[in-house]
Amino acid sequence: MSTSAGPAAVEVRGLTRIFGASRGGAGVRALAGVDLRIERGEVFGLLGPNGAGKTTLIKILSTLLFPTSGAAKVAGFDVVADAQEVRRRISLVSGGESAGYGVLTVRECLWMFGQYYGVTGAEAWRRADELLAVVDLGDQAHQRINRLSTGQRQRMNFARGFMSDPEILFLDEPTLGMDVNAARALREYVAAWVRERSGRTVLLTTHYMAEAEQLCDRVAIIDRGAVLACDSTPALRRQVQGGQHVELELRGEAAPAEATLPGLTPVWGAPHPERGTRTLKFRLPPERALVGVLHALERQGFQVDGISTRETTLEDVFIAIVGRGLEDTGVEGG
Amino acid sequence: MRAPVPAPAHAAEAAIPPAGAFTLFRRTMMARAYVRWIGSMREPSYLLADAVFPTIGMASYVLLYRALGAPRSFETLAVLGGVLATYWLNVLWGMGTQLYWEKQQGQLQLYFVAPCSRMAILSGMALGGIAATTLRTVAALAVGFGLLGVRLPAFDPLALLGVFLVSMTALYAMGMILSSAFLLLGREAWHLANAVQEPVTFLSGLYFPLSTFGQFGLVAATLVPLGLGVDALRQVLLGRAAHGLMPVPAEVGVLAALSVVLLWLARFSLAHLENLAKREGRLTQRWQ
Repeated sequence: MSTSAGPAAVEVRGLTRIFGASRGGAGVRALAGVDLRIERGEVFGLLGPNGAGKTTLIKILSTLLFPTSGAAKVAGFDVVADAQEVRRRISLVSGGESAGYGVLTVRECLWMFGQYYGVTGAEAWRRADELLAVVDLGDQAHQRINRLSTGQRQRMNFARGFMSDPEILFLDEPTLGMDVNAARALREYVAAWVRERSGRTVLLTTHYMAEAEQLCDRVAIIDRGAVLACDSTPALRRQVQGGQHVELELRGEAAPAEATLPGLTPVWGAPHPERGTRTLKFRLPPERALVGVLHALERQGFQVDGISTRETTLEDVFIAIVGRGLEDTGVEGG
Repeated sequence: MRAPVPAPAHAAEAAIPPAGAFTLFRRTMMARAYVRWIGSMREPSYLLADAVFPTIGMASYVLLYRALGAPRSFETLAVLGGVLATYWLNVLWGMGTQLYWEKQQGQLQLYFVAPCSRMAILSGMALGGIAATTLRTVAALAVGFGLLGVRLPAFDPLALLGVFLVSMTALYAMGMILSSAFLLLGREAWHLANAVQEPVTFLSGLYFPLSTFGQFGLVAATLVPLGLGVDALRQVLLGRAAHGLMPVPAEVGVLAALSVVLLWLARFSLAHLENLAKREGRLTQRWQ
């Protein structure tokens, strides 16, 4: 991260957004007083389940939505009063988006979007070629868009976001549905872009914890329109550290409900279809010894077939703070 | 458009120097026009739907006037109607329904997040539409003057071009308004486009002199710029034989005034629409 002095890349104060209030009724509160500051040169992650308010926040910051109350500045400009100045400095890529016209070739499509940002013709063609190589679409440069696969179109859309070389880039689930290799290559490009282009900032929303861990300098965990925690990933991990995450593979006559492990919160997995075993996950506090837990399970009729332990991940942090996993969805809208 | 505010001193190093408002408008307009132009070149099915099929109606009128022994000027009048019908269809289906289609494709929010003028996008759509349609009118002219042997009298090409440009400005400005209106109507846009297609064709007097309507013709002509444009173009081509509604300079004056008013309304309606989208959180979303 290479921060610079001056106004933050993004500064949000008491931001709220309520949908549907004008049509009568209380409406749906998508953002409930969000405060956030993202420094220039940061890759900042927004983590939250569906309906948490991530996309609403990005839409407000990219001038697509008005906030109901509160204030938001991007690159030092107010997103409502100076929307045009904000637009000159940002770009938005949303996963699953199908930008472009089917009759255009991939290269033409990128050129077209460059024109909408005022990029000169020659520079737009040069940049299109460069970005197509990055997203591994060089061979498809002259292919019409309507002949691309979904994944290829996704990658083209990602390249589109960089055509104007924006100061601040909003990436809303950019690798959604992409294959592992493509997603990894794009993450590497984002990291290199921020590192090499002075003062560039990325605000990323993602469902993939590994993506946030790998890419983000800081992460905000957001749920039901409120920021619950905001820090670097090591600092967030420290908030819930204290013990190990243990996963056991058990076999036995006893039913899972009969296992009693006082002081622990065990989570049982589904039975393995071939081996007939079940997994049992729990966090072991530092004052407890694993061997004691194993003896207790043996006394209850379970046989331990396998043991694995791991460090705290961002997913553990998320569950500890939000109270549920990312896959436990709420109401979409955010 | 407001003059660009200087970037704060701390701003990140810009890879691309910011373009001035006029340059950005021009680049956006030409890029959007390019899509229209190249789209019509790469999709041969458009040629059938937008160029060949409309000539069938035109040919019917020419043959009908010929069978009835009507003055030969009526045949020219029908060919001109056939040519202008292609522009009208392009305005209705190419301009009117376009923003709704853009929304469905997820493209509209990319326009709204870009720094380019929204009017530049609409102007590009119009410019590309006019260019592509002009190419298609060759089919109507070939059928009319080549296949059916309709005779074209001597005319002032500059006057014809001038009247044509003013007519197209007014007509496509109306298309820009339709595009915002249809976007607001959502899925009903297609039904509405279907519903207005024939009445407007009729009220514009594409295949008969508008003066046939009498006083009603005047009202109809002021409602739809296509009618006045057709009438003025006919008068440039055929003179008194066109049975014009008003003198050409008067019609051109009304068309120019209509162009200004309609362009302002188009700009206003699109800005209103964008504000509505931001306030209510819809219109840029595919599913809303």
